[in-house]
Amino acid sequence: MMELHNFVTIADLTKEKILYMIRMAQEFEKHPNREILKGKVIATLFFEPSTRTRLSFETAANRLGAKVIGFTDPKVTSSSKGETLKDTIMMVSNYADVIVMRHSIEGAAQYASEISPVPIVNAGDGAHQHPSQCMLDLYSIYKTQGTLENLNIYLVGDLKYGRTVHSLIMAMRHFNPTFHFIAPKELAMPNEYKIYCKEHNIKFQEHTEFNENVISDADILYMTRVQKERFSDLMEYERVKNVYILKNDMLVNVKDNMKILHPLPRVNEIAYDVDSNPHAYYIQQAQNGLYARQAIICDVLGYNYDDIIKDNTIIK
Amino acid sequence: MNKNEMLVAAIQNGTVIDHIPNEKTNQVAELLGLNSLDTPVTIGNNFRSKKLGKKGLIKVEDKFFSDEEISRLAVVAPNIVLNIIKDYEVVEKKTVTTPDEIRGIVKCNNPKCITNNEPMSTLFNVVDKEKGILRCHYCDMEQDINNVELI
Repeated sequence: MMELHNFVTIADLTKEKILYMIRMAQEFEKHPNREILKGKVIATLFFEPSTRTRLSFETAANRLGAKVIGFTDPKVTSSSKGETLKDTIMMVSNYADVIVMRHSIEGAAQYASEISPVPIVNAGDGAHQHPSQCMLDLYSIYKTQGTLENLNIYLVGDLKYGRTVHSLIMAMRHFNPTFHFIAPKELAMPNEYKIYCKEHNIKFQEHTEFNENVISDADILYMTRVQKERFSDLMEYERVKNVYILKNDMLVNVKDNMKILHPLPRVNEIAYDVDSNPHAYYIQQAQNGLYARQAIICDVLGYNYDDIIKDNTIIK
Repeated sequence: MNKNEMLVAAIQNGTVIDHIPNEKTNQVAELLGLNSLDTPVTIGNNFRSKKLGKKGLIKVEDKFFSDEEISRLAVVAPNIVLNIIKDYEVVEKKTVTTPDEIRGIVKCNNPKCITNNEPMSTLFNVVDKEKGILRCHYCDMEQDINNVELI
């Protein structure tokens, strides 16, 4: 009997588990097309829409030979009739071997994992956690830098509400990073995360300016979107909206190994002329999501690294 | 036995809960489930107290509360004292210890938390007993134990 897991949060993953998941993702990158999950059914329950994440998970499942069921619009489901999350999860667990779920309510995936007889994969729960995004960010950093250790990671934009940057801090705590937080005052890194950094001996510096000098020592430049709706003071938004935009001419002095990441979708925070710059990595980053999610789906179903490297269902 | 306690009849066996902040007496009674007991219960308020000004007092005959039941009181009245009475004598004084987790008592402050959107129990981990910081097991939102809303 294979041991089933849930994948609900990044916060409690050990260093070993993170590196293990990266090794798994590397194998899927070598051979993404397999039939290892032939006969399995994966449910993708998107109680709130997220096309990008859903396509990535469904592609991961399809390329492993699984069948996919699910919904993409909660308006067509019983939730809109007032069905509890518990009832929906219990019903779908009769049909599927894994439930991948996206929900606007925080803690929904944790609760689902406590009641569900089949593994739960959190594909985002409100402003709380989005662990598969974090996993693909880690894989992208590892792949471009050859290591997760001792890196200078610059987080830019909305550091207050951006859950991806919060998860990244937690996951990187094992690897002695130096963080630089670059944000307008209104969207600065919340105190609780600065306390978290201090408690875990994570070095960090804060900046409000964003220019070529500030980022010259970066290994990773992690851009996020500054959203208008986050500002209580629209004058403040107008003042800062063009400050946190990465332009091609800001990249002349950066380190050779530096890569630009972005969880996407981007609006205007990375100028389009950056796309052809060799430091741009955000599109490949999204592709890494496929391999990271293949690793996650196999892991929760109890397949281990050995099963993946000895897999005789690989389609070449 | 002090003068305040003499104001209500002494009990032979049971528990006398003392030093309850006046306004918390009813919540203490509720958290201990005194309504559903069938032994005699006396609930009093506005007793004079040097420390509190006015205090509440509860006497429950023939009932001894478990440590788990007592720890529930940490969210409303962490400084109360429970006198265990046997044969009219105080044989033990118990104080409230803040538990490691608090289940089903406190409401989560986060309106977008699953516990406020689904018929289910809340669960908090007490992350700092000294400062009284509770963290929601589901959404991770923190709140102050002195400032909670009970379910």
